[in-house]
Amino acid sequence: MSTTKNCLICGVGGQGTVLASKLIAQAAIDMGLSAKTAETIGMAQRGGSVVSHVRIGENLSAPMIGPGEADIIIGFEPGEAVRCIDYLKKGGTVIVNTNATIPVTASLGMHYEGAEMIEYLEKLESRGLINLIKVDGEAICHELGSQKVLNVVLLGKAASSGVLGIDTARIAEVIKARLPEKFHEINLRALKV
Amino acid sequence: MKQFLMGNEAIALGAVRAGVDLVCGYPGTPSTEVLETAAKHNDGSYYVEWSVNEKAAMEVAAGAAYAGARVLVTMKQVGLNVASDPLMSLAYVGVKGGMVILVADDPGPISSQTEQDTRVFAQYSKLPVFDPADPEEAYRMMADAYALSEAYCTPVFMRPTTRVCHGCSDIELLPKIERKKPEGFIKDTSRWVIFPRLAFANHQKIEARNEELAHTLSKSEYNILKKGSIRKGVAAGGVSRGYAAELLGDADVSFLEVGIPFPFPEDLAVEFLRSCDEVLVLEELSPYIERELTYLCGKHHINCTIRGKLTGDVQNAGENSAASIASQLEKFARIGAKCESAKPLDIEVPTLPVRPPVLCAGCPHRASFYAVKKAMKGREAVFCGDIGCYTLGNAKPLDMVDTCLCMGADVTVAQGLHRIEPDKVHFSFIGDSTFFASGITGVVNAVYNQTDIVLVVLDNSTTAMTGHQPHPGTAKTMMGNVSEKISIEAVLRAIGVSSIEVVDPGELTEAVEAVKRAADMTGVRVIIFRSPCIAVSKPTPAYIVKDNCIGCRMCIREIGCPAVSLVSAEDKKSPVTIDASLCYGCGLCAKVCPTGAIERGVK
Repeated sequence: MSTTKNCLICGVGGQGTVLASKLIAQAAIDMGLSAKTAETIGMAQRGGSVVSHVRIGENLSAPMIGPGEADIIIGFEPGEAVRCIDYLKKGGTVIVNTNATIPVTASLGMHYEGAEMIEYLEKLESRGLINLIKVDGEAICHELGSQKVLNVVLLGKAASSGVLGIDTARIAEVIKARLPEKFHEINLRALKV
Repeated sequence: MKQFLMGNEAIALGAVRAGVDLVCGYPGTPSTEVLETAAKHNDGSYYVEWSVNEKAAMEVAAGAAYAGARVLVTMKQVGLNVASDPLMSLAYVGVKGGMVILVADDPGPISSQTEQDTRVFAQYSKLPVFDPADPEEAYRMMADAYALSEAYCTPVFMRPTTRVCHGCSDIELLPKIERKKPEGFIKDTSRWVIFPRLAFANHQKIEARNEELAHTLSKSEYNILKKGSIRKGVAAGGVSRGYAAELLGDADVSFLEVGIPFPFPEDLAVEFLRSCDEVLVLEELSPYIERELTYLCGKHHINCTIRGKLTGDVQNAGENSAASIASQLEKFARIGAKCESAKPLDIEVPTLPVRPPVLCAGCPHRASFYAVKKAMKGREAVFCGDIGCYTLGNAKPLDMVDTCLCMGADVTVAQGLHRIEPDKVHFSFIGDSTFFASGITGVVNAVYNQTDIVLVVLDNSTTAMTGHQPHPGTAKTMMGNVSEKISIEAVLRAIGVSSIEVVDPGELTEAVEAVKRAADMTGVRVIIFRSPCIAVSKPTPAYIVKDNCIGCRMCIREIGCPAVSLVSAEDKKSPVTIDASLCYGCGLCAKVCPTGAIERGVK
């Protein structure tokens, strides 16, 4: 059980969370471990909140992570990271993209402020409950030349945090083996930001 | 070699491994990827089709199985309701080649209308059912399901749930099972023609078979009993087995895993019950295992308390989770490692964003709904919706779906409403795929009975919600061929509908006028809003907001496009902005803007 790593990836439909979860799982399998993932597919994909549960290790049977069991949360969106915070174990790591995705409901009058989410996470960090790594995804992606590589940028940060026990070189191998060649260059750059 | 596969992919490869000859089905989350995977891996040795609906699929599969072929038919749980007519009789007639009916259940529900349980349907139709705990087991079960089907000449169910279908695991692929070619159909009216006398005789045989299976399946590798040293036990089915197995670890309780819930493994269950004074049942949807165990306690005079959904010890709706099972095991036997969450109780969580699913930016359905809304402003009208992406037309600000029941019901519910309130205008909204699946008979009913309805066909040239499957109107088949497109307007004309207008909903003025004309007529009037789904068409340059935006928010209040938002939510006079990465360039917002502040950008 102690070898098991639980990683929760959360965001908004269309941000590329599923690919991130597949890359982690495949990297783990290449290392001789087992992997299980659970995704949100279907109606909720249309602009809704999406969560991927990624479990790597040996003798896994439960399909999803329980509260307080996640070693790391990769939040593609600040509000979604906060929504899932109950899954994180005390002392766990949060990688968060600081750029909020504003839903239609907010334009129609329901309150939502991305900055409040980051402040909340900072409070948890200052109390020593979480390790917080903030990533300005929009700026980094702009520099890289594509908003589509946010997933690999965040994955690179997660890998270099060391929490997963998978390094960026291992993920680079998976990208080279599994993605079409025309996407290799930009994704490998995104991984190393 | 180990492969990382989604449960639905594993199920398809399990069927291919078992030498399947024919795969058919109708799309429905969470079952869809099974058939798509079978089509993708087709080396030409088997046939794959999307059938027009689940009833058609069940009958196509039955015919092939009569001829000795191994068949797989796929659908989601509500699809089984559509296919239940052939199913119930087929259970009596039986098959020759192996037949697996793949029905994906959806605890939650996450993408469905009901939380029905196919294990109960299996018991009702008296057919064996496999209930995998994870993708790996689902893969192995497929070959055994075919073997059981052929050994007893009966269709069998395979019923994964969403977390098995859409979960991924690393799976060791097994060698292909070699089979002879199907024998072919052998005429025998005493076997293939169902009459009351045959039904009576076969009913007796089925009951005897199931009694025998209750004993033999007690020894199946999928029904597992681990006896503990204390007189408490946990029984589980489906994904709950995985959660329980991890939490129980080496605990002293007895643990019964039920992988083939019907015919219920009676001998094994009795052995389990005799070792316990108290049992907790963990399962999703219906309290199926719980009822079986309670019944066996009575039948065998076993003094054991069964706890579960019926006793209020476990929630009776929604999906099970690691958290729900941990708390139930903790309460039942103080089992389960307590994990400490990072979330403190004394720091208030800020208001989280609400993200209901919405129609995509640029979705032609938004323009269609908006045109009808504008045309009917100030008039009494009822809008009957249906199953598909366009159910999302119910969301504010469009608010254009007043009813939604099941596939095809928009056409017929509108007729019933109109009989009671003939002064209102009744609209039916139906998608192209749904029209072919189960809309046509409803239109025949309206024409025959001279009912006044306005039928709006939202033709986006694909089955969008389930991931863009082809259908009779697109002419593409799963064998890679292109057949003749079936024309929706030609079908309607043949039925006797005389008023049919085909309109591009992107042409707002024209669309509104067409709806007004239709609303003023009587009989069955049809508007076909034809514009392809954004996922099967190319985007045009995004629209931009100019400096003369006065911040009236008309575009947001009227159409609710996810690409349009306020520059600042706090500023009451904030101008709007368009997210270029989301905008598909449909231009509906520009048509709504009163000051002409939105225009097409340049690429």
